[in-house]
Amino acid sequence: MIRTLTTGRTGPLILLAIAAILLFAVAPIALSPFRLSLLARFLCVAMVAVGIGLAWGRGGLLTLGQGLYFGLGAYVMAMHLKLADAGPGGVPDFMTLYGTGEVPWWWEPMRSPVVTLVLIVLVPATLAAALGWAIFTRRVRGAYFAILSQALAAAFAILLIGQQQTTGGTNGLNGFRAFFGYDLTDPVNQRMLFFIAAGVLLVMVVIARQLMVSRFGELLVAVRDAEDRVRFLGYDPAAVKTIVYVLAAVMAAVGGALFVPIVGIISPTDIGVVPSIGFLIGVAIGGRATLLGPVLGSIAVSWAETSVAEQFPSAWTYFQGALFLGVIAFLPGGLASIVRRRRAAPVTEPEPDPRPEGRTL
Amino acid sequence: MDLLLPQLFAGLSLGSVLLLAALGLALTFGQMGVINMAHGEFMMAGAYTAFVTQALVGNAGVSLLVALPAGFLVGGVLGLILEATLIRRMYHRPLDTLLVTWGVALLLQQVARDVFGAPNVDVSVPTWLTGAVSIGGLALPKTRLFILAIAIVCVLALAVVLRSTSLGRRIRAVVQNRDLAEASGISSRATDRTTFFIGSGLAGIAGVAVTLLGSTGPNLGMSYIVDAFLVVVVGGIGHIKGTVIAAAALGLMQAFFEFSTTASIAKVLVFVVIIAFLQVRPQGLLVTRTRSLA
Amino acid sequence: MSDATGEEIDLASAEALLGTDTDRFRHDYLEIRGLRVAFGGFVAVRDVDLTVTQGDLHFLIGPNGAGKTTLIDAVTGLVSATGSARFGGTELLGRGTHRIAREGVGRTFQTASVFEELTVLQNLDIAAGARRGPMALLRRRRDTPEAVEQALEMTGLASHRHTAAGVLAHGQKQWLEIGMLLVQDAHLLLLDEPVAGMTHAEREETGELLRRIGSQRVVVVVEHDMEFLRSFADSVTVMHQGQVLAEGTVAEVQQDPAVVEVYLGDPAAEGKQ
Repeated sequence: MIRTLTTGRTGPLILLAIAAILLFAVAPIALSPFRLSLLARFLCVAMVAVGIGLAWGRGGLLTLGQGLYFGLGAYVMAMHLKLADAGPGGVPDFMTLYGTGEVPWWWEPMRSPVVTLVLIVLVPATLAAALGWAIFTRRVRGAYFAILSQALAAAFAILLIGQQQTTGGTNGLNGFRAFFGYDLTDPVNQRMLFFIAAGVLLVMVVIARQLMVSRFGELLVAVRDAEDRVRFLGYDPAAVKTIVYVLAAVMAAVGGALFVPIVGIISPTDIGVVPSIGFLIGVAIGGRATLLGPVLGSIAVSWAETSVAEQFPSAWTYFQGALFLGVIAFLPGGLASIVRRRRAAPVTEPEPDPRPEGRTL
Repeated sequence: MDLLLPQLFAGLSLGSVLLLAALGLALTFGQMGVINMAHGEFMMAGAYTAFVTQALVGNAGVSLLVALPAGFLVGGVLGLILEATLIRRMYHRPLDTLLVTWGVALLLQQVARDVFGAPNVDVSVPTWLTGAVSIGGLALPKTRLFILAIAIVCVLALAVVLRSTSLGRRIRAVVQNRDLAEASGISSRATDRTTFFIGSGLAGIAGVAVTLLGSTGPNLGMSYIVDAFLVVVVGGIGHIKGTVIAAAALGLMQAFFEFSTTASIAKVLVFVVIIAFLQVRPQGLLVTRTRSLA
Repeated sequence: MSDATGEEIDLASAEALLGTDTDRFRHDYLEIRGLRVAFGGFVAVRDVDLTVTQGDLHFLIGPNGAGKTTLIDAVTGLVSATGSARFGGTELLGRGTHRIAREGVGRTFQTASVFEELTVLQNLDIAAGARRGPMALLRRRRDTPEAVEQALEMTGLASHRHTAAGVLAHGQKQWLEIGMLLVQDAHLLLLDEPVAGMTHAEREETGELLRRIGSQRVVVVVEHDMEFLRSFADSVTVMHQGQVLAEGTVAEVQQDPAVVEVYLGDPAAEGKQ
């Protein structure tokens, strides 16, 4: 049933329609403004998960540092919002508080809304392309890549903390009043932000699906499973990996950019080593190599975090630790593999596959 | 010259801390290929061992000397439990091991938070380690010198174990060819367990050592783990010598960059250098040349 | 699934896939001069000269550790080497592996390496697609390319086109690899033990297929099976300790006293194969 819905021709359209109805019609009625804005936040995190699903689930790139790109998108957006709040030629409040009271040159481009939107995509894409190409052409892979990507996020968080006068340091950037001219305290505008996040997430899922069913998607799985073999067929695996790494980076950055007006704050604690690995757990639970698994898993984990942390603050860390341990060790295909196993049970499978990832849900 | 020497010492001192944190990883990650993200939490366990020992013993000097072997045992036993329950099921899934041990790291942190409280605790420095030694007008803190000494002792001990004991020969045999080693009667299970015990125990010693430099908290491990892995990657898999050189090099770089910029910029610069270095030598400083595909 | 009987090589489809246009292969030849590969202090291949022309099914034999696979690794860019290896007038040494592949050099491995989680069809389609543009890559595969269809028929895997390649029988995987080389349009095929682990009937079929391919393209086969060698080799190069020991037809090589001493005549050496 689910397989036909995601791999057939009309199936995806039906699923998309259901998701759109749920997000655009049901959610605004069923949820209070507070819950709706909470869900909007979850959707932003889910955007990161879509990218990780492609890079890790399909491409085998264990990117432990998506916080870097999430943070780049978020800070570019936050810088624009701070500058816009300060007015033309104005100085953001925290700079007069902690710094020299002068706007540094690299903040200036973010005064323009158009340039900001371009930079939200361009900055992470350029960085990911440069880093990815450098790393992948030298065949740094597997654990080495994972460790490097993690160090990237760590270095970025340290850099931000150290530059209190120009980045807000550990406090981050917060206290935004308006989003491209719209008052952020107005519930109507908050709902509009939710709709934007929902729409963007749906577009990302469509892009991810097209990639998965395309020839590029097949090539990506081939690179994941036997990189050298692909090379002997005349492809450059570094190019394939760089493309998917850049795509994942851009998705994370867009999620970060929308996170800022919805949540109202971005700080180094949202992008360091811990949150960067945290992005992965939802992807793993939902099924890393599937289309919808990462999105649904990520939203479920965000929701669980909020509900558990509301009632038992310290229990969440235990819960998260147990999730990592349990899911990765004992259910590497995620919940999607259970759905598939139950459905596939009557059909005679040739032999049990030790690695359930790699097929479409 | 007057400016150079303090930086040189600061760098070597930082390098010795990095080396202690990375030495156990050089064994578990470098020799066995297991990516243990809970290694930092084993350090944290070592640090809390020092704290508990001091509460029990009282005398700071005696407790430090007791805590060093005790920390080794605590770290080693934690490692043994982890190896026996989880890691041994996952030798063929290295990347997944990374995430599973990350889950273990989160659990251990929260246990520490619940047992010892979220605020940091302090371990007193023994009187014979307070103050500084003055060499050529340069004041070298005794604690830093002591840590440098511990690092050197650990490296030498490990080198002796790997080179000259039958255990070391077994470890090297299993690392080089697991199947052949088993066929020649070496129990790779026992060797895996022993290797992991020693590697994790070294993390415990590192934890005890860093209590001399600052306070101990549940997040102690987190602040070392990324750097420790980078040291092993730069040094080259399976080479203790490479790890030593890499730790010294990264420590010195950090100290010299810090001198001309700030600590955070220095950190980023060191990272840029590492990326550039891996362009030249993707497999680290020392490479074992093979004809295998991997 | 693992029952391979009934599926066999279809030589008629092989004809269709190979085509009648042999002109484009006429000037192909592999020319290796003074090739040397060293790992640290150990020299695995030294001063190897080897020329293989189109229409000559050439076998490379030698005891284990003679440097046969290393030679292929060097030609395909997997290990760095000094000297010269030219194909179709192009120097291969010093190029990246994927660029060498684009020059028309294809290879297989001792252990059949196909993309286990992809279907047979997807395996062949990827092999056929290294020259596809970005737009073609980003679209879904609407129809099966003709060469892929012919390769499916040739390898007898047409009815398994949607089967994951990982569950194929061993011999089928090796046929799939040869099929992938042909849809890749490799002009030089370097086959590392293509009939290892096959049944006698499968070997015969594979041999016939290789003979057919060899009449058109440049084919080098690394093989231990002496019977297979005697049945199908046009010419043979014997390697020993990284060097060429003898060269010629099967009969000539078998008479060579040096070869008899180090390889063919030594029952212990043959027992190890």
